[in-house]
Amino acid sequence: MTMTKQDDNKPAIRLHRLSKTFGDQKVLDRLDLEIYCGETVTVLGRSGTGKSVMLKLIIGLQQPDDGEIEIDGEKMAALSLDDLNRVRKKVGFLFQQAALYDSLTVEENVAFPLRRHTAMTDDQRQARVRELLARVQMEEAVDKMPGDLSGGMKKRVGLARALALDPEIMLLDEPTAGLDPITASEINELIRELQNERHMSSIVVTHDMRSVEKVADRVALLNEGRIFFEGTLREMIASDDPFVAKFIEASGEVK
Amino acid sequence: MKRSAQVPVLFGAKASAISTGSGPRPDVAKAIPAGLKTLLLSTLEWFGELGEFCARLVKAMVTPPYEGRELLRQMDEVGAKSLPLVAMAGAAIGVVLSMHTRDSMAQFGAKSLLPQLIILSLVKETGPIITALVVSGRVGAGIGAELGSMKVTEQIDAIEASAVNPYKFLVATRVLACMLMLPLLTIAADFCGIVTGWIANALVEPMSLRFFLNQGLAQANLADFLPSTFKTVVFGFIIGVIGCFQGMNARGGTAGVGRASTSAVVLASLFVILADVVLVRLIITLFPQ
Repeated sequence: MTMTKQDDNKPAIRLHRLSKTFGDQKVLDRLDLEIYCGETVTVLGRSGTGKSVMLKLIIGLQQPDDGEIEIDGEKMAALSLDDLNRVRKKVGFLFQQAALYDSLTVEENVAFPLRRHTAMTDDQRQARVRELLARVQMEEAVDKMPGDLSGGMKKRVGLARALALDPEIMLLDEPTAGLDPITASEINELIRELQNERHMSSIVVTHDMRSVEKVADRVALLNEGRIFFEGTLREMIASDDPFVAKFIEASGEVK
Repeated sequence: MKRSAQVPVLFGAKASAISTGSGPRPDVAKAIPAGLKTLLLSTLEWFGELGEFCARLVKAMVTPPYEGRELLRQMDEVGAKSLPLVAMAGAAIGVVLSMHTRDSMAQFGAKSLLPQLIILSLVKETGPIITALVVSGRVGAGIGAELGSMKVTEQIDAIEASAVNPYKFLVATRVLACMLMLPLLTIAADFCGIVTGWIANALVEPMSLRFFLNQGLAQANLADFLPSTFKTVVFGFIIGVIGCFQGMNARGGTAGVGRASTSAVVLASLFVILADVVLVRLIITLFPQ
Protein backbone atom coordinates (compact mmCIF):
# COMPACT_ATOMS: atom_id res chain seq x y z
CA MET A 1 0.00 0.00 0.00
CA THR A 2 1.22 3.43 0.84
CA MET A 3 4.25 2.17 2.65
CA THR A 4 5.80 0.59 -0.40
CA LYS A 5 5.48 3.82 -2.36
CA GLN A 6 7.04 5.90 0.40
CA ASP A 7 9.74 3.31 0.96
CA ASP A 8 10.95 4.01 -2.59
CA ASN A 9 11.94 7.30 -0.97
CA LYS A 10 11.88 9.25 -4.21
CA PRO A 11 9.53 12.19 -4.11
CA ALA A 12 8.08 13.12 -7.50
CA ILE A 13 6.97 16.43 -5.96
CA ARG A 14 8.49 18.04 -2.89
CA LEU A 15 7.10 21.21 -1.35
CA HIS A 16 9.28 22.72 1.35
CA ARG A 17 8.21 25.61 3.60
CA LEU A 18 5.99 27.01 0.84
CA SER A 19 4.39 30.38 1.58
CA LYS A 20 2.03 32.54 -0.44
CA THR A 21 0.22 35.71 0.55
CA PHE A 22 -2.48 37.63 -1.34
CA GLY A 23 -2.85 41.14 0.04
CA ASP A 24 -3.30 40.73 3.79
CA GLN A 25 -4.29 37.08 3.54
CA LYS A 26 -1.61 34.46 4.11
CA VAL A 27 -2.92 31.55 2.07
CA LEU A 28 -0.01 29.13 2.47
CA ASP A 29 2.26 29.33 5.50
CA ARG A 30 5.45 27.23 5.38
CA LEU A 31 3.67 24.23 3.89
CA ASP A 32 5.60 20.94 3.62
CA LEU A 33 4.39 18.05 1.51
CA GLU A 34 5.99 15.21 -0.45
CA ILE A 35 4.32 13.12 -3.13
CA TYR A 36 6.17 9.90 -3.87
CA CYS A 37 6.50 8.30 -7.28
CA GLY A 38 3.36 6.46 -8.29
CA GLU A 39 1.21 7.53 -5.35
CA THR A 40 -1.98 9.56 -5.32
CA VAL A 41 -2.39 12.11 -2.57
CA THR A 42 -5.70 13.87 -2.10
CA VAL A 43 -5.52 17.31 -0.56
CA LEU A 44 -8.55 18.24 1.52
CA GLY A 45 -9.40 21.47 3.24
CA ARG A 46 -12.02 24.12 3.64
CA SER A 47 -12.73 26.49 0.74
CA GLY A 48 -10.19 29.28 0.42
CA THR A 49 -7.41 27.45 2.23
CA GLY A 50 -5.09 27.57 -0.78
CA LYS A 51 -5.48 24.11 -2.30
CA SER A 52 -5.83 25.36 -5.88
CA VAL A 53 -3.12 27.96 -5.28
CA MET A 54 -0.80 25.14 -4.23
CA LEU A 55 -1.37 23.35 -7.55
CA LYS A 56 -0.73 26.57 -9.51
CA LEU A 57 2.49 27.15 -7.58
CA ILE A 58 3.67 23.64 -8.40
CA ILE A 59 3.25 24.14 -12.16
CA GLY A 60 4.72 27.66 -12.05
CA LEU A 61 1.53 29.57 -12.91
CA GLN A 62 2.08 31.61 -9.75
CA GLN A 63 5.27 32.27 -7.83
CA PRO A 64 5.65 31.45 -4.12
CA ASP A 65 6.68 34.24 -1.76
CA ASP A 66 8.98 31.83 0.01
CA GLY A 67 9.92 28.15 0.06
CA GLU A 68 10.95 25.56 -2.50
CA ILE A 69 9.20 23.37 -5.05
CA GLU A 70 10.99 20.38 -6.54
CA ILE A 71 9.67 18.21 -9.34
CA ASP A 72 11.69 15.07 -10.01
CA GLY A 73 14.52 16.61 -8.00
CA GLU A 74 14.60 19.84 -10.06
CA LYS A 75 14.13 23.08 -8.17
CA MET A 76 11.46 25.05 -10.03
CA ALA A 77 12.68 28.50 -8.92
CA ALA A 78 16.08 27.94 -10.55
CA LEU A 79 14.69 26.96 -13.97
CA SER A 80 14.78 29.12 -17.10
CA LEU A 81 11.48 29.44 -19.03
CA ASP A 82 12.60 26.73 -21.48
CA ASP A 83 13.47 24.36 -18.64
CA LEU A 84 10.24 25.22 -16.85
CA ASN A 85 8.34 24.29 -20.01
CA ARG A 86 10.32 21.03 -20.26
CA VAL A 87 9.17 20.16 -16.72
CA ARG A 88 5.59 21.28 -17.48
CA LYS A 89 5.44 18.73 -20.30
CA LYS A 90 5.84 16.01 -17.66
CA VAL A 91 2.80 17.30 -15.78
CA GLY A 92 -0.88 16.98 -16.74
CA PHE A 93 -3.23 19.54 -15.18
CA LEU A 94 -7.00 19.19 -14.97
CA PHE A 95 -8.50 22.56 -14.10
CA GLN A 96 -11.54 22.97 -11.87
CA GLN A 97 -13.80 24.07 -14.75
CA ALA A 98 -11.76 21.99 -17.26
CA ALA A 99 -10.60 25.24 -18.99
CA LEU A 100 -11.18 23.89 -22.51
CA TYR A 101 -10.36 26.41 -25.23
CA ASP A 102 -13.73 27.83 -26.30
CA SER A 103 -12.71 28.62 -29.87
CA LEU A 104 -11.37 25.12 -30.61
CA THR A 105 -13.27 21.86 -31.13
CA VAL A 106 -12.87 18.95 -28.73
CA GLU A 107 -10.42 17.33 -31.16
CA GLU A 108 -8.37 20.54 -31.47
CA ASN A 109 -8.35 20.93 -27.69
CA VAL A 110 -6.85 17.49 -27.16
CA ALA A 111 -4.48 17.95 -30.11
CA PHE A 112 -3.28 21.32 -28.76
CA PRO A 113 -0.28 20.03 -26.77
CA LEU A 114 0.44 17.29 -29.33
CA ARG A 115 0.61 19.79 -32.20
CA ARG A 116 3.15 21.90 -30.34
CA HIS A 117 5.32 19.35 -28.55
CA THR A 118 5.47 16.29 -30.78
CA ALA A 119 6.61 15.63 -34.34
CA MET A 120 3.49 13.58 -35.15
CA THR A 121 2.01 13.67 -38.63
CA ASP A 122 -1.61 14.79 -38.98
CA ASP A 123 -2.77 11.15 -39.22
CA GLN A 124 -0.77 10.07 -36.19
CA ARG A 125 -2.04 13.01 -34.18
CA GLN A 126 -5.61 12.34 -35.18
CA ALA A 127 -5.27 8.68 -34.20
CA ARG A 128 -3.77 9.65 -30.84
CA VAL A 129 -6.58 12.14 -30.16
CA ARG A 130 -9.22 9.50 -30.98
CA GLU A 131 -7.45 7.01 -28.72
CA LEU A 132 -7.38 9.51 -25.83
CA LEU A 133 -11.02 10.48 -26.34
CA ALA A 134 -12.02 6.82 -26.49
CA ARG A 135 -10.21 6.27 -23.18
CA VAL A 136 -12.46 8.87 -21.52
CA GLN A 137 -15.54 7.67 -23.46
CA MET A 138 -15.84 10.90 -25.43
CA GLU A 139 -15.02 9.76 -28.96
CA GLU A 140 -18.46 10.77 -30.25
CA ALA A 141 -17.86 14.41 -29.20
CA VAL A 142 -14.78 14.83 -31.37
CA ASP A 143 -16.22 17.63 -33.54
CA LYS A 144 -18.23 19.38 -30.84
CA MET A 145 -17.38 22.76 -29.38
CA PRO A 146 -16.76 23.00 -25.60
CA GLY A 147 -19.87 25.19 -25.25
CA ASP A 148 -22.02 22.23 -26.36
CA LEU A 149 -20.70 19.89 -23.62
CA SER A 150 -22.06 19.23 -20.12
CA GLY A 151 -19.86 19.71 -17.03
CA GLY A 152 -18.99 16.02 -16.81
CA MET A 153 -18.15 15.82 -20.52
CA LYS A 154 -15.88 18.86 -20.20
CA LYS A 155 -14.04 17.19 -17.32
CA ARG A 156 -13.53 14.06 -19.41
CA VAL A 157 -12.18 16.04 -22.37
CA GLY A 158 -9.98 18.03 -19.94
CA LEU A 159 -8.62 14.72 -18.65
CA ALA A 160 -7.91 13.53 -22.20
CA ARG A 161 -6.03 16.79 -22.92
CA ALA A 162 -4.06 16.49 -19.67
CA LEU A 163 -3.05 12.93 -20.63
CA ALA A 164 -2.03 13.83 -24.19
CA LEU A 165 1.72 14.03 -23.54
CA ASP A 166 1.79 10.91 -21.29
CA PRO A 167 2.55 12.85 -18.12
CA GLU A 168 4.41 11.31 -15.20
CA ILE A 169 2.57 13.59 -12.80
CA MET A 170 -1.11 14.59 -12.68
CA LEU A 171 -2.55 17.57 -10.84
CA LEU A 172 -6.33 17.43 -10.58
CA ASP A 173 -8.21 20.42 -9.21
CA GLU A 174 -11.59 19.32 -7.88
CA PRO A 175 -12.29 16.78 -10.63
CA THR A 176 -15.82 16.05 -9.38
CA ALA A 177 -16.91 19.54 -8.28
CA GLY A 178 -20.32 20.53 -9.61
CA LEU A 179 -21.13 17.07 -10.99
CA ASP A 180 -24.09 14.87 -10.14
CA PRO A 181 -23.24 11.84 -7.95
CA ILE A 182 -23.36 9.33 -10.81
CA THR A 183 -21.10 11.38 -13.12
CA ALA A 184 -18.79 12.15 -10.17
CA SER A 185 -18.54 8.43 -9.42
CA GLU A 186 -17.73 7.71 -13.08
CA ILE A 187 -15.00 10.36 -13.08
CA ASN A 188 -13.54 8.91 -9.85
CA GLU A 189 -13.59 5.46 -11.41
CA LEU A 190 -11.87 6.80 -14.51
CA ILE A 191 -9.15 8.50 -12.45
CA ARG A 192 -8.53 5.28 -10.50
CA GLU A 193 -8.30 3.26 -13.72
CA LEU A 194 -5.87 5.75 -15.23
CA GLN A 195 -3.72 5.65 -12.10
CA ASN A 196 -3.60 1.86 -12.27
CA GLU A 197 -2.74 1.88 -15.97
CA ARG A 198 -0.12 4.61 -15.99
CA HIS A 199 1.26 4.65 -12.42
CA MET A 200 1.38 8.43 -12.37
CA SER A 201 2.15 10.45 -9.25
CA SER A 202 -0.91 12.59 -8.56
CA ILE A 203 -2.30 15.30 -6.38
CA VAL A 204 -6.09 15.43 -6.30
CA VAL A 205 -7.57 18.52 -4.67
CA THR A 206 -11.13 17.76 -3.63
CA HIS A 207 -13.97 18.30 -1.18
CA ASP A 208 -15.56 15.03 -2.19
CA MET A 209 -14.88 12.29 0.39
CA ARG A 210 -16.13 9.65 -2.05
CA SER A 211 -13.38 10.79 -4.36
CA VAL A 212 -10.89 10.34 -1.53
CA GLU A 213 -12.16 6.83 -0.83
CA LYS A 214 -11.89 5.90 -4.48
CA VAL A 215 -8.57 7.39 -5.57
CA ALA A 216 -6.37 8.27 -2.56
CA ASP A 217 -3.31 6.38 -1.37
CA ARG A 218 -2.76 9.11 1.17
CA VAL A 219 -4.69 12.12 2.45
CA ALA A 220 -3.35 15.55 3.38
CA LEU A 221 -5.64 17.95 5.24
CA LEU A 222 -4.83 21.62 4.77
CA ASN A 223 -5.67 24.10 7.49
CA GLU A 224 -4.42 27.63 8.12
CA GLY A 225 -1.87 27.38 5.33
CA ARG A 226 -0.19 24.18 6.47
CA ILE A 227 -0.69 20.43 6.24
CA PHE A 228 -2.62 19.77 9.43
CA PHE A 229 -2.93 16.03 9.00
CA GLU A 230 -1.18 13.55 6.71
CA GLY A 231 -1.90 9.82 6.51
CA THR A 232 -4.17 7.19 5.03
CA LEU A 233 -7.93 7.67 4.96
CA ARG A 234 -8.25 4.97 7.63
CA GLU A 235 -5.83 6.87 9.87
CA MET A 236 -7.75 10.06 9.23
CA ILE A 237 -11.04 8.45 10.22
CA ALA A 238 -9.42 7.01 13.34
CA SER A 239 -7.88 10.35 14.33
CA ASP A 240 -9.14 11.87 17.56
CA ASP A 241 -8.03 15.40 16.64
CA PRO A 242 -11.11 17.64 16.99
CA PHE A 243 -10.58 19.46 13.65
CA VAL A 244 -10.03 16.22 11.71
CA ALA A 245 -13.02 14.61 13.41
CA LYS A 246 -15.15 17.65 12.64
CA PHE A 247 -14.08 17.57 8.99
CA ILE A 248 -14.94 13.87 8.69
CA GLU A 249 -18.24 14.36 10.48
CA ALA A 250 -19.21 17.32 8.29
CA SER A 251 -18.52 15.36 5.10
CA GLY A 252 -20.80 12.58 6.45
CA GLU A 253 -20.15 10.27 3.52
CA VAL A 254 -17.27 8.03 4.47
CA LYS A 255 -18.01 4.46 5.45
CA MET B 1 -0.31 41.23 -12.99
CA LYS B 2 -1.05 44.19 -10.87
CA ARG B 3 -4.33 45.99 -10.35
CA SER B 4 -3.45 49.08 -12.34
CA ALA B 5 -3.38 47.11 -15.56
CA GLN B 6 -6.91 45.89 -15.05
CA VAL B 7 -8.42 49.22 -14.07
CA PRO B 8 -6.82 52.04 -15.99
CA VAL B 9 -6.80 55.29 -14.14
CA LEU B 10 -8.40 56.94 -17.13
CA PHE B 11 -11.80 55.67 -15.95
CA GLY B 12 -11.49 57.44 -12.63
CA ALA B 13 -11.24 54.18 -10.72
CA LYS B 14 -8.94 55.95 -8.32
CA ALA B 15 -11.60 58.49 -7.43
CA SER B 16 -11.76 56.99 -3.94
CA ALA B 17 -8.38 58.54 -3.32
CA ILE B 18 -10.04 61.96 -3.60
CA SER B 19 -13.58 61.29 -2.37
CA THR B 20 -14.02 61.53 1.37
CA GLY B 21 -17.58 60.42 2.12
CA SER B 22 -19.73 62.04 4.80
CA GLY B 23 -17.11 62.97 7.42
CA PRO B 24 -15.82 66.43 8.17
CA ARG B 25 -15.04 68.59 5.16
CA PRO B 26 -11.68 67.46 3.76
CA ASP B 27 -8.67 69.60 3.49
CA VAL B 28 -9.00 70.17 -0.23
CA ALA B 29 -5.50 71.59 -0.52
CA LYS B 30 -4.11 68.29 0.77
CA ALA B 31 -6.62 65.93 -0.82
CA ILE B 32 -6.18 67.12 -4.39
CA PRO B 33 -2.41 66.75 -4.55
CA ALA B 34 -2.72 63.30 -2.88
CA GLY B 35 -5.32 62.29 -5.47
CA LEU B 36 -3.19 63.60 -8.30
CA LYS B 37 -0.19 61.75 -6.97
CA THR B 38 -2.15 58.48 -6.88
CA LEU B 39 -3.46 59.14 -10.37
CA LEU B 40 0.00 59.89 -11.69
CA LEU B 41 1.55 56.83 -10.07
CA SER B 42 -1.21 54.54 -11.34
CA THR B 43 -0.86 55.95 -14.84
CA LEU B 44 2.90 55.46 -14.79
CA GLU B 45 2.45 51.94 -13.43
CA TRP B 46 -0.06 51.16 -16.21
CA PHE B 47 2.34 52.40 -18.90
CA GLY B 48 5.20 50.46 -17.27
CA GLU B 49 3.22 47.23 -17.40
CA LEU B 50 2.15 47.98 -20.97
CA GLY B 51 5.83 48.43 -21.87
CA GLU B 52 6.73 45.11 -20.28
CA PHE B 53 3.81 43.50 -22.13
CA CYS B 54 5.07 44.92 -25.46
CA ALA B 55 8.60 43.63 -24.79
CA ARG B 56 7.25 40.10 -24.22
CA LEU B 57 5.09 40.45 -27.32
CA VAL B 58 8.00 41.48 -29.55
CA LYS B 59 10.08 38.56 -28.24
CA ALA B 60 7.18 36.17 -28.91
CA MET B 61 6.75 37.60 -32.43
CA VAL B 62 10.38 37.15 -33.52
CA THR B 63 11.26 33.80 -31.95
CA PRO B 64 10.14 30.46 -33.45
CA PRO B 65 7.98 28.41 -33.45
CA TYR B 66 5.34 30.53 -35.19
CA GLU B 67 1.59 30.00 -34.87
CA GLY B 68 0.75 30.18 -38.60
CA ARG B 69 -2.68 28.51 -38.38
CA GLU B 70 -3.83 30.77 -35.57
CA LEU B 71 -2.48 33.84 -37.42
CA LEU B 72 -4.57 32.92 -40.49
CA ARG B 73 -7.65 32.41 -38.30
CA GLN B 74 -7.13 35.81 -36.71
CA MET B 75 -6.56 37.49 -40.10
CA ASP B 76 -9.93 36.11 -41.15
CA GLU B 77 -11.49 37.30 -37.89
CA VAL B 78 -9.98 40.80 -38.08
CA GLY B 79 -9.93 41.28 -41.84
CA ALA B 80 -12.65 39.39 -43.68
CA LYS B 81 -15.23 39.70 -40.91
CA SER B 82 -14.64 43.46 -40.48
CA LEU B 83 -14.83 44.12 -44.23
CA PRO B 84 -18.62 44.66 -44.54
CA LEU B 85 -18.68 47.15 -41.66
CA VAL B 86 -15.59 49.03 -42.86
CA ALA B 87 -16.90 49.13 -46.44
CA MET B 88 -20.24 50.52 -45.23
CA ALA B 89 -18.51 53.16 -43.11
CA GLY B 90 -16.29 54.17 -46.05
CA ALA B 91 -19.26 54.32 -48.40
CA ALA B 92 -21.27 56.48 -46.00
CA ILE B 93 -18.37 58.89 -45.55
CA GLY B 94 -18.00 59.22 -49.35
CA VAL B 95 -21.66 60.25 -49.71
CA VAL B 96 -21.59 62.59 -46.72
CA LEU B 97 -18.40 64.31 -47.91
CA SER B 98 -19.94 64.89 -51.32
CA MET B 99 -23.22 66.27 -49.88
CA HIS B 100 -21.53 68.53 -47.31
CA THR B 101 -18.88 70.09 -49.50
CA ARG B 102 -20.80 70.58 -52.76
CA ASP B 103 -22.59 73.80 -51.69
CA SER B 104 -19.50 75.31 -50.04
CA MET B 105 -17.35 74.61 -53.08
CA ALA B 106 -20.04 76.04 -55.36
CA GLN B 107 -20.09 79.27 -53.31
CA PHE B 108 -16.38 79.71 -53.96
CA GLY B 109 -16.76 78.75 -57.61
CA ALA B 110 -14.53 75.71 -57.04
CA LYS B 111 -16.97 72.93 -57.91
CA SER B 112 -14.42 71.41 -60.26
CA LEU B 113 -12.21 70.72 -57.23
CA LEU B 114 -14.91 68.59 -55.60
CA PRO B 115 -13.57 65.20 -56.84
CA GLN B 116 -10.10 66.16 -55.64
CA LEU B 117 -11.42 67.18 -52.22
CA ILE B 118 -13.40 63.96 -51.81
CA ILE B 119 -10.62 61.63 -52.95
CA LEU B 120 -7.76 63.30 -51.10
CA SER B 121 -9.64 63.79 -47.84
CA LEU B 122 -10.75 60.16 -47.95
CA VAL B 123 -7.37 58.71 -48.79
CA LYS B 124 -5.23 60.96 -46.62
CA GLU B 125 -7.26 61.07 -43.44
CA THR B 126 -10.91 60.08 -43.33
CA GLY B 127 -10.47 56.55 -44.71
CA PRO B 128 -7.62 55.53 -42.36
CA ILE B 129 -9.09 57.05 -39.20
CA ILE B 130 -12.65 55.82 -39.81
CA THR B 131 -11.31 52.32 -40.54
CA ALA B 132 -9.19 52.36 -37.38
CA LEU B 133 -12.07 53.55 -35.20
CA VAL B 134 -14.50 51.02 -36.65
CA VAL B 135 -11.95 48.21 -36.14
CA SER B 136 -11.22 49.53 -32.61
CA GLY B 137 -14.88 49.08 -31.83
CA ARG B 138 -15.41 45.71 -33.43
CA VAL B 139 -12.06 43.97 -33.01
CA GLY B 140 -10.81 45.77 -29.89
CA ALA B 141 -13.97 44.84 -28.00
CA GLY B 142 -13.83 41.29 -29.38
CA ILE B 143 -10.21 40.73 -28.37
CA GLY B 144 -10.74 42.31 -24.94
CA ALA B 145 -13.81 40.17 -24.25
CA GLU B 146 -12.36 36.93 -25.66
CA LEU B 147 -9.04 37.13 -23.82
CA GLY B 148 -10.79 38.46 -20.73
CA SER B 149 -13.12 35.48 -20.63
CA MET B 150 -10.20 33.12 -21.33
CA LYS B 151 -8.38 34.69 -18.39
CA VAL B 152 -11.23 34.37 -15.89
CA THR B 153 -12.03 30.80 -16.97
CA GLU B 154 -8.35 29.75 -16.57
CA GLN B 155 -7.91 29.01 -20.28
CA ILE B 156 -4.79 31.18 -20.39
CA ASP B 157 -3.42 29.29 -17.37
CA ALA B 158 -4.19 26.06 -19.24
CA ILE B 159 -2.18 27.25 -22.26
CA GLU B 160 0.76 28.06 -20.00
CA ALA B 161 0.41 24.75 -18.13
CA SER B 162 0.65 23.02 -21.56
CA ALA B 163 4.13 24.57 -21.90
CA VAL B 164 2.90 26.94 -24.63
CA ASN B 165 3.68 30.65 -24.49
CA PRO B 166 0.30 32.48 -24.41
CA TYR B 167 1.99 35.60 -25.80
CA LYS B 168 2.92 33.62 -28.90
CA PHE B 169 -0.41 31.85 -29.36
CA LEU B 170 -2.85 34.55 -28.27
CA VAL B 171 -1.19 37.96 -28.39
CA ALA B 172 1.33 37.88 -31.25
CA THR B 173 -1.21 36.36 -33.66
CA ARG B 174 -3.90 38.94 -32.86
CA VAL B 175 -1.56 41.94 -32.96
CA LEU B 176 0.04 40.79 -36.24
CA ALA B 177 -3.39 40.15 -37.77
CA CYS B 178 -4.47 43.70 -36.86
CA MET B 179 -1.25 45.17 -38.28
CA LEU B 180 -1.57 43.25 -41.55
CA MET B 181 -5.30 43.76 -42.06
CA LEU B 182 -5.68 47.46 -41.20
CA PRO B 183 -4.00 48.76 -44.42
CA LEU B 184 -6.09 46.38 -46.54
CA LEU B 185 -9.30 47.40 -44.80
CA THR B 186 -8.32 51.05 -45.25
CA ILE B 187 -7.91 50.53 -49.00
CA ALA B 188 -11.36 48.93 -49.06
CA ALA B 189 -12.88 51.87 -47.15
CA ASP B 190 -11.15 54.37 -49.48
CA PHE B 191 -12.41 52.51 -52.54
CA CYS B 192 -16.02 52.37 -51.30
CA GLY B 193 -15.91 56.03 -50.26
CA ILE B 194 -14.60 57.15 -53.66
CA VAL B 195 -17.24 55.12 -55.53
CA THR B 196 -20.13 56.42 -53.42
CA GLY B 197 -18.66 59.95 -53.52
CA TRP B 198 -18.74 59.74 -57.31
CA ILE B 199 -22.30 58.34 -57.28
CA ALA B 200 -23.54 61.14 -55.00
CA ASN B 201 -21.79 63.67 -57.20
CA ALA B 202 -23.03 62.13 -60.45
CA LEU B 203 -26.64 62.13 -59.26
CA VAL B 204 -26.51 65.93 -58.94
CA GLU B 205 -24.22 66.65 -61.85
CA PRO B 206 -23.74 63.71 -64.24
CA MET B 207 -20.11 62.75 -64.84
CA SER B 208 -18.28 59.53 -65.66
CA LEU B 209 -16.23 57.68 -63.04
CA ARG B 210 -13.20 58.12 -65.30
CA PHE B 211 -13.67 61.90 -65.37
CA PHE B 212 -14.22 61.96 -61.58
CA LEU B 213 -11.01 60.01 -60.99
CA ASN B 214 -9.01 62.06 -63.49
CA GLN B 215 -10.12 65.27 -61.82
CA GLY B 216 -9.55 63.89 -58.32
CA LEU B 217 -6.14 62.46 -58.97
CA ALA B 218 -4.80 65.29 -61.17
CA GLN B 219 -2.55 66.73 -58.47
CA ALA B 220 -2.04 63.55 -56.46
CA ASN B 221 1.10 61.46 -56.18
CA LEU B 222 2.17 58.31 -54.30
CA ALA B 223 3.26 60.34 -51.27
CA ASP B 224 -0.40 61.22 -50.78
CA PHE B 225 -1.46 57.57 -50.61
CA LEU B 226 1.27 55.35 -49.24
CA PRO B 227 2.17 57.02 -45.90
CA SER B 228 -1.45 57.61 -44.95
CA THR B 229 -2.41 54.04 -45.83
CA PHE B 230 0.55 52.44 -44.10
CA LYS B 231 0.23 54.53 -40.96
CA THR B 232 -2.69 52.23 -40.20
CA VAL B 233 -0.12 49.51 -39.42
CA VAL B 234 0.56 51.55 -36.27
CA PHE B 235 -3.18 51.81 -35.59
CA GLY B 236 -3.42 48.03 -35.96
CA PHE B 237 -0.59 47.59 -33.46
CA ILE B 238 -2.35 49.87 -30.98
CA ILE B 239 -5.74 48.13 -31.35
CA GLY B 240 -4.21 44.65 -31.02
CA VAL B 241 -1.93 45.49 -28.09
CA ILE B 242 -4.53 47.40 -26.07
CA GLY B 243 -7.20 44.73 -26.68
CA CYS B 244 -4.86 41.90 -25.64
CA PHE B 245 -3.41 43.81 -22.67
CA GLN B 246 -6.80 44.71 -21.22
CA GLY B 247 -8.14 41.19 -21.88
CA MET B 248 -5.19 39.37 -20.33
CA ASN B 249 -5.43 41.51 -17.22
CA ALA B 250 -9.17 40.98 -16.72
CA ARG B 251 -10.21 40.03 -13.21
CA GLY B 252 -13.41 39.47 -11.31
CA GLY B 253 -15.62 37.16 -13.39
CA THR B 254 -18.04 38.38 -16.04
CA ALA B 255 -17.98 41.95 -14.71
CA GLY B 256 -14.21 41.94 -15.27
CA VAL B 257 -14.71 40.70 -18.83
CA GLY B 258 -17.14 43.57 -19.47
CA ARG B 259 -14.67 46.08 -18.07
CA ALA B 260 -11.85 44.62 -20.18
CA SER B 261 -13.94 44.85 -23.33
CA THR B 262 -15.11 48.42 -22.71
CA SER B 263 -11.70 49.69 -21.67
CA ALA B 264 -10.12 48.03 -24.73
CA VAL B 265 -12.43 49.99 -27.06
CA VAL B 266 -12.12 53.30 -25.22
CA LEU B 267 -8.35 53.17 -24.81
CA ALA B 268 -7.67 51.84 -28.32
CA SER B 269 -9.82 54.61 -29.88
CA LEU B 270 -8.14 57.25 -27.74
CA PHE B 271 -4.61 56.09 -28.53
CA VAL B 272 -5.44 55.74 -32.24
CA ILE B 273 -6.57 59.38 -32.34
CA LEU B 274 -3.51 60.56 -30.40
CA ALA B 275 -1.19 58.50 -32.59
CA ASP B 276 -2.86 59.95 -35.67
CA VAL B 277 -1.89 63.48 -34.61
CA VAL B 278 1.75 62.44 -34.22
CA LEU B 279 1.80 60.41 -37.44
CA VAL B 280 0.24 63.19 -39.54
CA ARG B 281 2.88 65.61 -38.24
CA LEU B 282 5.57 63.06 -39.05
CA ILE B 283 4.22 62.41 -42.55
CA ILE B 284 4.02 66.15 -43.31
CA THR B 285 7.63 66.52 -42.18
CA LEU B 286 8.94 63.50 -44.09
CA PHE B 287 6.84 63.95 -47.25
CA PRO B 288 6.48 67.72 -47.75
CA GLN B 289 3.99 68.81 -50.46
